[in-house]
Amino acid sequence: MKVQIKVPIKLPPGVPGVGKRNDGIERRINRAPSRTISNLVPWLSIVLASAVGFAPVIASAPVVPPLAFMLLLAWRTMRPGLLPVWAGLPLGAIDDLYSGQPFGSAVTIWSLAMLAMEAVDRRFLWRGFVEDWLAASVLLTAGLVMGAIVAGIAAGHVAPWIIWPQLAMSIVLFPLVTELVALLDRLRLVRVKLPEA
Amino acid sequence: MARATDRRPGFSRRAQVGIFTGYVVAILGVVIGAGLLIASLVQPALFSGARSAAAEVARPVGQAAATGRRSGIDVLGAIRAYFNAGRQNAALHHEVDLARADAVKRQSLEQENRRLKALLGIREQEPHVVTAARLIGSTASSLRRFAVIAAGSRSGVMIGQPVRSAAGLIGRVLEVGPDTARVLLVTDPENVVPVRRASDGVPAFVQGAANGRVAIRLINSGVATLHKGDLFVTSGSGGMFAPGIPVAVVTEPNRDGATGMLTGDPADADYVTVEQSYQPEAVAALAVPIAPPQLVPPPKKKKKIKAGSGAAATPAAVKAAPAAPVPAAGP
Repeated sequence: MKVQIKVPIKLPPGVPGVGKRNDGIERRINRAPSRTISNLVPWLSIVLASAVGFAPVIASAPVVPPLAFMLLLAWRTMRPGLLPVWAGLPLGAIDDLYSGQPFGSAVTIWSLAMLAMEAVDRRFLWRGFVEDWLAASVLLTAGLVMGAIVAGIAAGHVAPWIIWPQLAMSIVLFPLVTELVALLDRLRLVRVKLPEA
Repeated sequence: MARATDRRPGFSRRAQVGIFTGYVVAILGVVIGAGLLIASLVQPALFSGARSAAAEVARPVGQAAATGRRSGIDVLGAIRAYFNAGRQNAALHHEVDLARADAVKRQSLEQENRRLKALLGIREQEPHVVTAARLIGSTASSLRRFAVIAAGSRSGVMIGQPVRSAAGLIGRVLEVGPDTARVLLVTDPENVVPVRRASDGVPAFVQGAANGRVAIRLINSGVATLHKGDLFVTSGSGGMFAPGIPVAVVTEPNRDGATGMLTGDPADADYVTVEQSYQPEAVAALAVPIAPPQLVPPPKKKKKIKAGSGAAATPAAVKAAPAAPVPAAGP
């Protein structure tokens, strides 16, 4: 699952073979990952996922998985430390504007999820694909059920059990979302021509 | 995978403080979020401005997506039509012949209806269409059922106006921005619509079940039984929806009513129309029940939201259905 990024080995100039590789990762003259792009991609991807409600599906039931929350968890598991612990506050606020949930629900749930991931990091030092998936599944379940209860309170009809198809789909699709994050991660570190320093 | 090394800041004072601040802000996020949540549960219209602004920002994308959805349906439909063109042609010819006969019958019935209404002195105002707009978004992953349409206050859309497609009722306007409006769909549990059975006028109300279905509850249980396929249309009581708009069809009768399916699925609707409230003065009067009607100030936006949900959700208002002038209810 994890993308291996080749760290360029420092070789003295003039060694045969250096600079002839063309794998897109190897440093080329005057090309380097942009700090702006690499910092912006995770935030931007989650914000865009929040606005995915403006998609060509007008659903009459909650069927679409919470893509933005899944992306947040995926970025957090794939690249710990890239998103700060407090990322749930601003990103959740934007998600609340589009999701239809009462304002503040994603702010709370996402902040709690980020704190929970910190606790998972501390408690379970060695994790692999399955453990990450399990942790994300637990957090997805907790987040979706909490969201459903809050929405139910706002609508005066609490029925969190009707989200189970959505929940099952989110858990099944989570590895795909991490795959998407891996793709975005490669995009994040793409080498661009930098302005003269 | 071992934990990230940057979790251990070493002796760097700056890194230590940075991590500490991160935790403080995260916990603050939980507290602020809980506060906002309580505020928006108590006062649902509190963040409508921010939501409208967000919808306005995403409007072009939604418009493009809506166009794409339409053409997507068209392409599939064209391919499908090509395969059964011959059979369909014959069937359509047959249907047109039947419909022509029906149309003649309907015309005479309409005339008779008008004459009888004139005799009885019933005056009916035709609901005036405010605007037609595309559905550009919906809350596809939340339990709340909202949709966004690409028309707002600049097109004359106001809070509380009913939204319908050709096939039936979609919902009512809840929040209005300059060029977008948020619609509370019929499938949302907060939306209660007074209805009557199209065939004999048995009063009931339709409440959303949030899972795409609706619950049809009879006002007087035990009087009538519902059957699969019964059509329910709006009764016009409450004054918000004009009478006669198709709402739901019974799919599963149960003890105190039935589970139903919407006649106008928002997913199939290309364009929807926003209509004027059936009797705005009735809605306004229900907003301030204590004050005498002539002293009621023009309702403000926030008041009207409460009026909408309150008027529709109060059982008393729904119970008043038989008393209200329901044209088709009488024998």
